[in-house]
Amino acid sequence: MTFNAAALLLLIAGLALIGWLAGRARSNLLAGRAGTKLHSRPQYHGWYVALWLFAPAALFLAVWASVSPALITNQVLSSEAAESLPAYGFERGAVLSDARNVALGNQDKVRMPAAAGLVKPYADASHKYAWIGIAAMLALALAGGLYAFTRIRPDFRARTRVEKIVMLVLLLASLVAILTTFGIVLSLLFESIRFFRLVSPAELLFGTEWAPTSGAPQPDTFGGIPLFWGTILIGAIIAMIVAIPIGLMTAVYLTQYAAPTVRKWVKPLLEILAGVPTVVYGYFAALTVAPALRNFAVMLGIPNASTESALAAGIVMGVMIIPFVSSMADDSINAVPQAMRDGSLALGATPNETIRQVLIPAALPGVMGGILLAVSRAIGETMIVVMAAGLSANMTANPFASVTTVTAQIVKLLTGDQEFDSAKTLAAFALGLVLFIVTLLLNIVALRIVKKYREAYE
Amino acid sequence: MNRQTAPTDWKGAVMQKRIAGRYAAERRFKLIGLGAVLLSGAFLAFLLFVMVGNGARGFMYTHVEVPVDFKAMPLTIDTTRLGDADADQVIANAGLADIVAFAADEALGTGGSALISENAWKEVRSAIKADPELLNGKTVFELPAASEVDIAAKEGAKGALGAKVDALEKDGKLGTGIHWPFFKNADATDPAVAGIWGALKGSVLTIFIAFLIAFPTGVLAALYLEEYAPKNRWTDLIEVSINNLAAVPSIIFGLLALAVFINWFGICQASPLVGGLTLALMTMPVIVIASRNAIKSVPPSIRDAALGVGASPVQVVFHHVLPLALPGILTGTIIGMARALGETAPLLLIGMRAFIGDVPGGICSPATVLPMQIFLWSDEVDRGFVEKTSAAIIVLLIVLLSMNAFAIYLRNKFEKRW
Repeated sequence: MTFNAAALLLLIAGLALIGWLAGRARSNLLAGRAGTKLHSRPQYHGWYVALWLFAPAALFLAVWASVSPALITNQVLSSEAAESLPAYGFERGAVLSDARNVALGNQDKVRMPAAAGLVKPYADASHKYAWIGIAAMLALALAGGLYAFTRIRPDFRARTRVEKIVMLVLLLASLVAILTTFGIVLSLLFESIRFFRLVSPAELLFGTEWAPTSGAPQPDTFGGIPLFWGTILIGAIIAMIVAIPIGLMTAVYLTQYAAPTVRKWVKPLLEILAGVPTVVYGYFAALTVAPALRNFAVMLGIPNASTESALAAGIVMGVMIIPFVSSMADDSINAVPQAMRDGSLALGATPNETIRQVLIPAALPGVMGGILLAVSRAIGETMIVVMAAGLSANMTANPFASVTTVTAQIVKLLTGDQEFDSAKTLAAFALGLVLFIVTLLLNIVALRIVKKYREAYE
Repeated sequence: MNRQTAPTDWKGAVMQKRIAGRYAAERRFKLIGLGAVLLSGAFLAFLLFVMVGNGARGFMYTHVEVPVDFKAMPLTIDTTRLGDADADQVIANAGLADIVAFAADEALGTGGSALISENAWKEVRSAIKADPELLNGKTVFELPAASEVDIAAKEGAKGALGAKVDALEKDGKLGTGIHWPFFKNADATDPAVAGIWGALKGSVLTIFIAFLIAFPTGVLAALYLEEYAPKNRWTDLIEVSINNLAAVPSIIFGLLALAVFINWFGICQASPLVGGLTLALMTMPVIVIASRNAIKSVPPSIRDAALGVGASPVQVVFHHVLPLALPGILTGTIIGMARALGETAPLLLIGMRAFIGDVPGGICSPATVLPMQIFLWSDEVDRGFVEKTSAAIIVLLIVLLSMNAFAIYLRNKFEKRW
């Protein structure tokens, strides 16, 4: 007999269904007997019983599922057979999990001889706690169900109570977003503080040497400047040189020149460009664009041309961002009052002059906001740079050389085989914190600009 | 002071030239705009062309005809055990691999066993399991070629290998067919037997879990914010965090999942469960924003009418607003799920990068997902994986495009203009 949370959840869900039917039938019966009308419709009485039956038991189930393994282990450790266990550390855990697997029927026989004596205590303990848990859960479910059942009366306000619970659930659902934000901030801060105990924040922010995976002789250095430069070079410079002119001109053409049918077909096509997964872009950059650029650089005689280049990653990232820039610019241009455009055209300006001298200056704040959002998206992009930009931390302005970025280094630091507490893995969280703060600031500034500008025309 | 200026001579040569110049600038500008649109389109076309060009061959494979004579080289096994669970092991222990290699050497000349995939004997094993009668005679099997031979046959090759492949082709021993193992197998180190089924199943499980969590939470949160939330500081905080979460880089969610789900809660690493939880957190803000827009577009008259005939606020929302907003909500959800399906970076951090040679059994067993499989294969040295990677990309793009097309269809069919 083991504790199977999913099966038990189904069991109480089934009980809740019975409770629902019983509550509904009872309310009808009572109303008929008393010859009065119900305050709430019968199904609300049903829901009231079902919720009282289900919620406390499910809550208990969740708590018990997380607590009972520790209780079981405690009982096993207090048995006689546990005295021969190795003191602490990895082996002790391995023996225990071996015994547990056999006791739960996950494997046929013990792999470690030391675990053999522990199987029976384990089985006994899990048996005992499973029964305790199931009995307590059923008792709670029945008690809750009976309590609710006895409260049913024709004038009982079941609907109000059920609706209160519905509102509570809605509120809880919206709190998940806050919880996630706090989770991100706290987990990043917590691990970063541990990192900053080992390495000073000044070294991470202003150091110029990034070598966390160097060999044993030299100590690891965590100077972040090369990473920040690489991130800016790829995300804020090269990608934007590609994305801004193309995105902007696309938006201008689609809003001002294109026929409605053309617009209707081209916009979804551009959306496809935004919907292609980043790993596909990364593969495309590494397989097709990077070798072509390297050959081009070699032909030009540029030194340090590498198959992993900032240019390849940046160009492909720029292509990925085009639809984003274009749709932001589209919104801003459309938000410019028609009267301004008409006025300019009426004075005899050509559409080209109107766009360049009236529409774009008027839409500029919105466009700038959109560009900031695009930059924030580009510097947080991971797969393209992991696959195409390389991992060597160079401080170079040569776009044909290999550079690395914050995101690529986070992936590299966390996919190695280090222990979780080493400075290298903690460094990834510190980099994550820097990235989070920078993107957050960019987003806040951008949204503020866009909002202010929209208000100006409304 | 009454200064007189001569009226502009619009018909004069100077002005005519200026007007012509302005019109030319206009035409240039329009052409540049058209050029930008065409350039974006060209990027998309080029990307798809490269992927399809590389990947189409990944669905095909080259097979070599190898006659295996079990009369001459008997496989000594107990045929009654072929139905057992360990039949694979029994056949492998009897030395089928050596028999097949020997047969290949005999049929294709010295070094012939190197021309077929090192896993080719497993095909023979499946055939024997399906029909034990094969053991009593000689059968010609079409076995998958080794990765180099496969490439040489598809692209042409020079040197000794090229000559050999040409010779085989002349003898009619080579053939091509649809590579079914690609759709049925999990990852493998040998491109001839590596497939995407394991990754596809992992993706489906992961997305299913993400949907199960993100959809109800997102819709309920949107309903609360749009219909009930009082205007106060808490509501503002919720709104700000949702808008920010939608713009947080995906890799940050990977860090969160690593710190909280894996190191703190100890949820099974690299499993669809923890992957789904991560993607759920990531897509929830997207679903909330899409749902709020859909709910907003339901006209207030509907709410007023329902309230007027005596419905409670909860009944108004769940009986009237939610059903009317559902098409819009579903469209946003599908688009959000499609984005989650293509996501790789956060999953890298929670351990899904490991090589998984089995199809995942449940939500807590180690698994990989389709984009991760693409990433892993793109790192492989073996050239046979190049076309496998592109083929996997084609599968992924087809899945994503059909999800998006379905979302658009849904929107066009059910969306009401009020």
